[in-house]
Amino acid sequence: MLNFRSPDTTPLVSLTNAGVRRNGRWLVRGVEFSISRGEIVTLIGPNGSGKSTTAKTAIGVLKPDEGNVERVSGLKVGYVPQKLAVDWTLPLTVERLMTLTGPLKGREIEEALASTGMLHMAKAEVQHLSGGEFQRALLARAIARKPDLLVLDEPVQGVDFSGEIALYELIKQIRNRTGCGILLISHDLHIVMAETDTVVCLNGHVCCRGTPQAVSQSPEYLQLFGRRAAGALAVYSHHHDHTHLPDGRVLHADGSITESCFPGDGHHHHDEAENVHDHDADCGCGHHTRLHGYETAEKRGA
Amino acid sequence: MLDDFFIRALLAGIGIAMVAGPLGCFVIWRRMAYFGDTMAHSALLGVALSLLLKLNLMVSVFIVASVVSMLLLFLQKRGALSTDALLGILSHSALSIGLVIVAFMTWVRIDLVGFLFGDILAVSEADIDIIWGGGILVILALVYLWRPLLASTVNPELAEAEGLNPERARLFFMLLMALVIAIAMKIVGILLITSLLIIPAATARRFATSPEVMAILASLIGAVAAAGGLFGSLHWDTPSGPSIVVAALALFVLSLLPVGWPERASHSSHGGH
Repeated sequence: MLNFRSPDTTPLVSLTNAGVRRNGRWLVRGVEFSISRGEIVTLIGPNGSGKSTTAKTAIGVLKPDEGNVERVSGLKVGYVPQKLAVDWTLPLTVERLMTLTGPLKGREIEEALASTGMLHMAKAEVQHLSGGEFQRALLARAIARKPDLLVLDEPVQGVDFSGEIALYELIKQIRNRTGCGILLISHDLHIVMAETDTVVCLNGHVCCRGTPQAVSQSPEYLQLFGRRAAGALAVYSHHHDHTHLPDGRVLHADGSITESCFPGDGHHHHDEAENVHDHDADCGCGHHTRLHGYETAEKRGA
Repeated sequence: MLDDFFIRALLAGIGIAMVAGPLGCFVIWRRMAYFGDTMAHSALLGVALSLLLKLNLMVSVFIVASVVSMLLLFLQKRGALSTDALLGILSHSALSIGLVIVAFMTWVRIDLVGFLFGDILAVSEADIDIIWGGGILVILALVYLWRPLLASTVNPELAEAEGLNPERARLFFMLLMALVIAIAMKIVGILLITSLLIIPAATARRFATSPEVMAILASLIGAVAAAGGLFGSLHWDTPSGPSIVVAALALFVLSLLPVGWPERASHSSHGGH
């Protein structure tokens, strides 16, 4: 645990104009945000928009090719990666998974597993878990080490709708109990965790940012998701007004094509109210391409 | 009757198998079987160079295997060809260059079959010292590297995010592989080293409940295979290396027999033994 003289003013991580380049192409550019203790930042954006890249840059797995990433010294990170496949030749129980990157006391392991409802599965091999169970085991592992910063890359993938609500509740409790900062990557473009302090929408750069609007304030969503979800979910309404072409140019909603789309270069039309991001099978937003059969995505789209 | 040379062979074989077990587990978990094969094949180039430059055989094999593995990592990063194509190129060209160099050195007479398939008679007392000394060194290094190596086997980015160093762990792992290949070459031979790494580890998987248990079991199973193979080799006058591999295979087949794989579907990993 870190000692802060002024806990709310020292960000755990801050990115300034950060960009990552691979094979001559910018994966993400111009990213700016910071996470302080007790704060939840949610990254959203279509597939390939640089969400995971940004998260990895924030925790130092990737080095920025431009801009700056500052972390407080001795920052302890708990990380749940987006994809994690354990080869079945590796005999790994849930219990053994918990101490993968560092030693823990038996009591700490039990507490973390109990808090994610996985204590009864402690002796199970991870290869036998369902998608949702595996996610909860990974989350338990990340929180058991009592991190300063918890980084969750699509933690609700493969989890059904009510499981998703329960996980968001759990993440909220973890934040409230431990006061850690949380960087959350959402698989959904419009629905985020209600406790989110800042939503950063990425599409190769920061598209827009803001605070979400609680579902409970929006009668349509309330009707769609029900009362229970209203406390956990929030709506982030925003518009995607351009598409990134394979050659790096940008196709705008009005049909024009330009070289780039950086904020302030005059190509954003956030005020064109009804020009909402259309979801279709090849829009690349991820709703139709997820591996684990996310049942509720379709219901939501409807 | 146990002749002196046979005791030496037993000590050498068991020593190597005990080291190869845990290392072989990582080879399986990280899906590096062909990678290990490539490093082993390059050992013949090491043999040729040691004869040509009058270097110590093991040192020369260790250096060549390390260089080949580093070269492979470098080529992998450039990403021009797929890893299996690169492995195919490096593996067989290193072996062939070694054979060609040996053929040119008409003044040297070497027992090629001994290098390719192992030779009990070639084990000297100094070799046993090197095998056990080097073996203990490898085991100590593995214990020290265990956590970063295992964590980065599961997910390198996770390991790095949480303060471990997967790159360094991988580098040391390559060097340990090269070391084991250098000291194992005389017993099982260049072409069969990988099987000593893989087969006992694969056999151990069936009975293992944790990575650590699997590593220890692989050591024990390897030791039994080495002893069994060498006794068979003595009894039927068969080459030592292939005999050890056949013994290891026999244990592997036995491990499959009693209950079969479907039992794995339940949560118990302990079979009928």
